[in-house]
Amino acid sequence: MFDSQKIKKDFPIFEKHPELVYLDSTATSLKPRQVIDKLVEYYTQYSANVFRGIYKISEKATEEFEKTREKIAQFIGAKPEEVIFVRNTTEAINLVAYSLGRKIVDKSSEIVVSLMEHHSNFVPWQQLAFENGARLKIINIDKQGRLLFSPEMITRRTAIFALTYVSNVLGTINPVKKIIKQVKKANPNTIVIIDGAQAVPHLKVDVKELACDFLAFSSHKMLGPTGVGVLWGKRELLEQAFPFLYGGEMIREVRLEETVFKEPPYKFEAGTPAIGEVIALASAVEYLEKLGMEKVREHEKELISYALERLKEEFGEKITIFGPEEAEERGGVLAFKFGSYHPHDIAQILDSLNIAVRAGHHCAMPLHQALKVEATTRASFYIYNDKEDVEKLIEGLRRVEKVLG
Amino acid sequence: MMDLYREYILNHYQNPRNFGKMEGADSSVKLSNPLCGDEVKVYVKFEGEKVSKINFEGKGCVISQASASILTEELKGKKKEEILSLDKNFMLKLLRIPLGPNRLKCALLPLEAIQKAIKNGL
Repeated sequence: MFDSQKIKKDFPIFEKHPELVYLDSTATSLKPRQVIDKLVEYYTQYSANVFRGIYKISEKATEEFEKTREKIAQFIGAKPEEVIFVRNTTEAINLVAYSLGRKIVDKSSEIVVSLMEHHSNFVPWQQLAFENGARLKIINIDKQGRLLFSPEMITRRTAIFALTYVSNVLGTINPVKKIIKQVKKANPNTIVIIDGAQAVPHLKVDVKELACDFLAFSSHKMLGPTGVGVLWGKRELLEQAFPFLYGGEMIREVRLEETVFKEPPYKFEAGTPAIGEVIALASAVEYLEKLGMEKVREHEKELISYALERLKEEFGEKITIFGPEEAEERGGVLAFKFGSYHPHDIAQILDSLNIAVRAGHHCAMPLHQALKVEATTRASFYIYNDKEDVEKLIEGLRRVEKVLG
Repeated sequence: MMDLYREYILNHYQNPRNFGKMEGADSSVKLSNPLCGDEVKVYVKFEGEKVSKINFEGKGCVISQASASILTEELKGKKKEEILSLDKNFMLKLLRIPLGPNRLKCALLPLEAIQKAIKNGL
């Protein structure tokens, strides 16, 4: 495991709140000093627009901006020209639904998604199916929150297959590589979109190895700034897709009678992007690379395994933890139901002890309907958490019992 | 913040006043907060311009259920018009606890339900 005390020194928020037990990295991660410094560097040293200035600081900004694209490409095993910057994972998936989905989905099509999707990888497909008259098929889950996928779900009509790599509620790590292989075998023309929001920050993800068509993820969940999302897509599909937003930066030539668009990825990046934030994302990737993604995964696996064991030991039947029982099959996410206490009250009392958890449906209402709970309490772990945090969570839950009786 | 779960609030949560269905209510409204599953159904009885009795049923977090219970006592006998003009400041004063923007929604749910029941009955 990492020395969390050492890692915490890199995160200035712990200077301001040394008592903070941050267990909500699934919502957004904390930011290391290296990332914050890079943001300040841009704003204080070369805060010019990208791609258009013929002066030094604009050239510098453009250079740094493109460096992030290369960094991201190398991080996920892709080519830089296939990396598109958007605002977040939600926008990345909407881009695929809008630019490619509406082009290839019609009345005879089927779209396959899973029950465990975050709304951002569910609603765009559901709405596309409604609008274009396609059929939406849902992959169910078993009692432990594992996907019940069978290749028979894929037919010659399946235009889109959208799946999350890691569930933001159950923590389930789906065997995506194997599933994608089965999907492509059943229908090579099916476009496979992987929601990597909870995977890329926590596991080694390589798009070539996965053999998916699109991968979406967010900067702010992987130590980077807010306001930046990444969409990776296969070159030929990006070429085939409609532009997403029209306007500045995405054009080569505009005349009264026609417009010629730029090549991907620029065709999808209209308007001034979040320049400083994109630039600082490179520092987040460097930070993760330095730690090593295999080690990040090991750290979280050990933590989740400890948490599963300790919570059951302390609270037995009183606590219901959703998702796979084996740490091997899950990421650092732990959603649970504790006694008959409402998640809001649990979260509020934990907050009084400076423990930050999430309470609610975590943007996965269809999943909560299937689990037959309105809301759950969710604790999630990242590189700065340790076993001490798990113990504090347990103390906090004892406090909940004491206050609410 | 432990103020939030002070005696007064917990007492109303654990022993809700005017809890249960009201026979012969003049108006009733059910509201829920889909974000967390809080649910409140209020029953209102009128007497001329006034609200003579309020009952509620529901499930959810301490704040939403205690707020409902407190309101059934507090608003009884008040003029409809007066109740319709109440806002979040009234609720915060009544509960005497600090509430952030997310938690405020829980506290306001019962008030909204009562106001809606009054409007429907006008």
